[in-house]
Parts: sequence; C-alpha cells; structure tokens
Amino acid sequence: MTRRHAALGLLGLGLVGYPLLDRNNSHVDFLANAGAFILLALGLNIVVGFAGLLDLGYAAFFAIGSYSYAMLASQQFGIHVPFWLMLLIAPVVAALFGLLLGAPTLRLRGDYLAIVTLGFGEIVPQTFLNLSQYTNGPNGISSLDQPSLFGHAFGFSATPYYYVLLGLIALGILAARNLQNSRLGRAWMAIREDELAARHMGINTTATKLAAFALGASFSGLAGVVYAAKLDLVSPDEFGFNVSVLVLSMLVLGGMGNIWGVIVGSFVLSFINSFLLPQSTSLAHAAGFVNVDFTNYRFMLYGVILVTMMLFRPEGLIPSRQRAAEFHEAILDPALAAQEQSEYEGVAR
Amino acid sequence: MALLALDNVTKAFGGLVAVKELTFELDAGGIAAMIGPNGAGKSTVFNLITGIYAPSSGSIDFDGRSLRGLRTNRIAARGIARTFQNIRLFAFMSALDNVMTGRHARMGASMFDSLLHTPRQRAEERRVRERARELLKFVDLERAGASYARNLPYGSQRRLEIARALASDPKLLLLDEPAAGMNPREKDELIALIGRIRDSGVTVFLIEHDMNLVMNVSERVTVLDHGEKIAEGSPDAVRRDERVIEAYLGRADGAA
Repeated sequence: MTRRHAALGLLGLGLVGYPLLDRNNSHVDFLANAGAFILLALGLNIVVGFAGLLDLGYAAFFAIGSYSYAMLASQQFGIHVPFWLMLLIAPVVAALFGLLLGAPTLRLRGDYLAIVTLGFGEIVPQTFLNLSQYTNGPNGISSLDQPSLFGHAFGFSATPYYYVLLGLIALGILAARNLQNSRLGRAWMAIREDELAARHMGINTTATKLAAFALGASFSGLAGVVYAAKLDLVSPDEFGFNVSVLVLSMLVLGGMGNIWGVIVGSFVLSFINSFLLPQSTSLAHAAGFVNVDFTNYRFMLYGVILVTMMLFRPEGLIPSRQRAAEFHEAILDPALAAQEQSEYEGVAR
Repeated sequence: MALLALDNVTKAFGGLVAVKELTFELDAGGIAAMIGPNGAGKSTVFNLITGIYAPSSGSIDFDGRSLRGLRTNRIAARGIARTFQNIRLFAFMSALDNVMTGRHARMGASMFDSLLHTPRQRAEERRVRERARELLKFVDLERAGASYARNLPYGSQRRLEIARALASDPKLLLLDEPAAGMNPREKDELIALIGRIRDSGVTVFLIEHDMNLVMNVSERVTVLDHGEKIAEGSPDAVRRDERVIEAYLGRADGAA
C-alpha cells in the first residue's frame, strides 16, 4: 500500500510541476483539454461502469454545463456569476437534467435505454442550436467571463485551467472511489448484476438509477464549465454524438468500471486525437506532403482501436476485477474447489 | 396473531388462474413448507408475497399490516427476505459484498454519506462488514468472503443466498427450493442450517420438492395443486391425505 501511495505521490508531484518544466503552452493546453475529457470519462463511468446503464448521449450534459457557464457568465444576458460559483452551480444544473433524462427511461433496459439516451444526446445540442434568440444559434456564445483568482485573471494561458482541472480530477477520483465502496455503490453493482434480486434486498432501483444519472451528469457539468471558460466560446457543434461516443470509447479502451483504467483510456484517446494526429500532420506538411491531414482518419483509428480491443482485450487496458472475470470465463476458485473436493471425499469414505 | 396471512388470494394471468382463492396463515417462529406438483403455483405465491406480482383479488397481511400496493423493496424492508429457485446472486460481486448488499434496507447512509464517506458512514460500513462476516461464518462460508459469488461451488452459492437474505434481519425467510441440486450430504447440512435459522428467531417458509427434507424440517405443510390449497397440517397428516396422494400419484383407478 505504501508503494502505491508513493507512486501516486510522485505522479501527483510530476503533474503539479509539469507546467513549470514545460514552457510550451500548447503542451499544457493539450493536457488541460485531456483533463476535461478525463473528468467526463469519470462521470460516464458511474453511469455505465458502476450502474451498468448504457448512456449514448452523455455529451448532452457536457453541453448543459458549458452553456450554463456561457449564459450565466458573459455579456449574453449581462449576468456575471463568478467562475468558482459556477463550479458549484453547473454540476447541480447538469444533475437536474440527469434526473430529467433518467425519470422517463427507468423502465427501459439495455438497448432501449441506449436508444433513448441517444435521442436525448441529439435533442440537447439541437435545442441550443434552435433557441437562437438565447444562444445565438450556430454562432454560439463567445467572450465568456475570464475566471480570476485573488484578482489575477486566468488570461489566455492554459496553465491555470490545467491546475483547476487537476484539482477537479483529484476530487473526482476521490468521489468515484468513495461511491464505489459504499451502500450506494453496492446498490449500483447489484442492479447491474441482477435488478430483480436487487429489489429483494430492499434497494429502491428507481432512486438508485436516478442517483447514477444525476451524479454522472454532475461530473460533465463541471467539465463543461472549465472547458467553456478555457475555450472562451461555446457552440452547439462541440457536443454531438461523436463526443458521446468518444467518451464511451475511452471507457471501453481503458477498462469500464475501473477508475484508473478509465483515466488511462481517456488520456490515450485524447493524446491520439489532440496531439498525435495534429502533430504528425504538421510534420508531414513540413516534409512536403501538403495534402495529407491525419486528423481526418481519427474515427477510422478509433474504430481500429476498438475492434482490436474487442478481439484481444475486451475488458480494457486496466480492467476492474469484475470485467476481467466476466470476459475470461471464470473457473471455480481453486482453494474452495479443493476444500469441497476433500469434504466430498471425506463423506465417501 | 399470525405473522403472515393470505386471505382469499387469487392471481390470474389472462385466462390462466395460477393461484385460486388461497387462504392460509403462518404463525411466527416455526418452519413451514409448501409443496405441490410442478406448476401448482408455489413460486407464484412467493412472488405475490414479495410484491413481484399484485394479487388479482384478496389480501396479504404481514405482521399485522397489509402489503397491498407495496413495491418489492418496501416489502423487503418490512422484514421479508427470500432466496430464488434459480440462484440469483450478484455473480461478479464478492461473497462478502453480496451479504453486505443484503443489508441495504437496514442501512442509513445517504447519497452524500456515500459520496463523502462521513464518519457515520464509515462506522456503519465497519459494523455491516463485521455482521456480514458473522453471517458467512453462520452458513459455513467464512473462507469464501473474497471470492466472486459466481466462482463458488453450487451448494455454497445456495448457502450464500441464504446468508444474503439473513443480512436484512428478516422476520420471515422464504426459501424457494433450497435443496434443489444438492447432494445428500449438502441436504443434511441444509436441514441443520434451517434449524439454526429457526432457533435464531426467524420464521422460515419453504417450497421444496424433496419430500424427505420437507417431512424432516417442517412443522406444518400446505399442499397446493392447480393453484388451490388441497391440504394443510402436520407432515404426517398431509402424507396420509388422500387428495395429496392423488395429486402426486394420480387416482388409484387411473382416471387422473
């Protein structure tokens, strides 16, 4: 345990020190964006990984978080709620929408639930697009309020956002871990394993599933605020189906249900998406291949990664114990099997 | 006063009457059994008691209060726990977590306690884990706590389901064919376990096909055939009842 703590401490120290060592703002900018997606993945993991509710419209809550900031902290309506206060408000707003989505879908299971969430994921950005008198339609809302801390504005450097996200991710990990090892976390897993049996344990499956939707959504509400403030712009096309799928792919790649797996998965995909592909494209351009754009192959690459994972490691890079066992058909626990065996033999004699 | 009272309960699925005008009472503190040929409606009775189905007519009272309109989770919280004919454990949760989940209805941790791990929540978790370990020991599974329920041998899974049910401190324990698939030695152990459960003050009501087990453990037997109660009484009396013999073996003249 101490070695694990030491490793975590070192990792934390490295992450805190990173912007001081690497003065290249584009690297820090990439890490900050990756941080927002880690937060999203941690939230979706509660819904899909813990409670087993397949949500294909998760980006909707990201949109709701971002638009809450854009509408409540900009010239749009002349309302200027401070960034830090929005970090408290937006998760609550997103959670309320989580309840709104959850309430009518609770009777649905599996594929049917997935289809309804898919619809919700389409409705929300469309609504922001069409309510143009409030949201400026396709142009989106720009010139959002800059966050500031002790009178120092964040400015256009990615570094302050990087630290805010680092802090939020640390809290998110703690929250997810706490939830996993609790009455609520067990109730989620019980529902995932056998909903009928869960009811017989006295678990109110309605309230428990709603809690998963609400808590999962609150994470993306947080991510939305920071992402919007950092980008200084929100527009409806940032929150489409491809974002929902991207976050879900992060879970599949990393290992659904495992907090560290989910973080690794989202980092790897963000790295490919926002760093590897653009960088290799610029390299190619510099080398004279001006017509190539590797970023166009992004979805093909996701597809290849997912198919490869499903073929060779369906439980993800760092799976939870459950998933690993589910995918690699478990044999009887050897120690217990041996015990039973000897007991049977004892009777036979 | 009876712990459980069914009064004129009927359950029809469309035109099929699964349980017909069933009336019986169960006193607190004993072991009772319900037997009957396949398709007699025994499991339906359990599903009516636990609120999976609502009766088409009639009423069910538990501990002096009606269960009408209550959902399964509320009924569980009132003090009725059960096991299933086809084992329904939480397959990919540890045995210990299965039993701790069984305690759900008796725990007070709110969503925020769970999120923040408040001192109150931690103290409760400690107590519940301790109690779950005791229960695993009670059903002879103290070494299995860390194994996935799925990985346990069949007989152990049946016992784990009983431990999970007991975790809610039920007043009434419903066992749906607890001996199904067990070998003779496991059945003997089960009989002893059911006795220990009764001695701890829990009323046991079981459905079983194994006549030997039923006649051994139960103090009172209700016989169901085609959804109707055809006999009731001590095991010996039921064994000699002509309608029971007829239901199981057919009429002597062969015109069953």
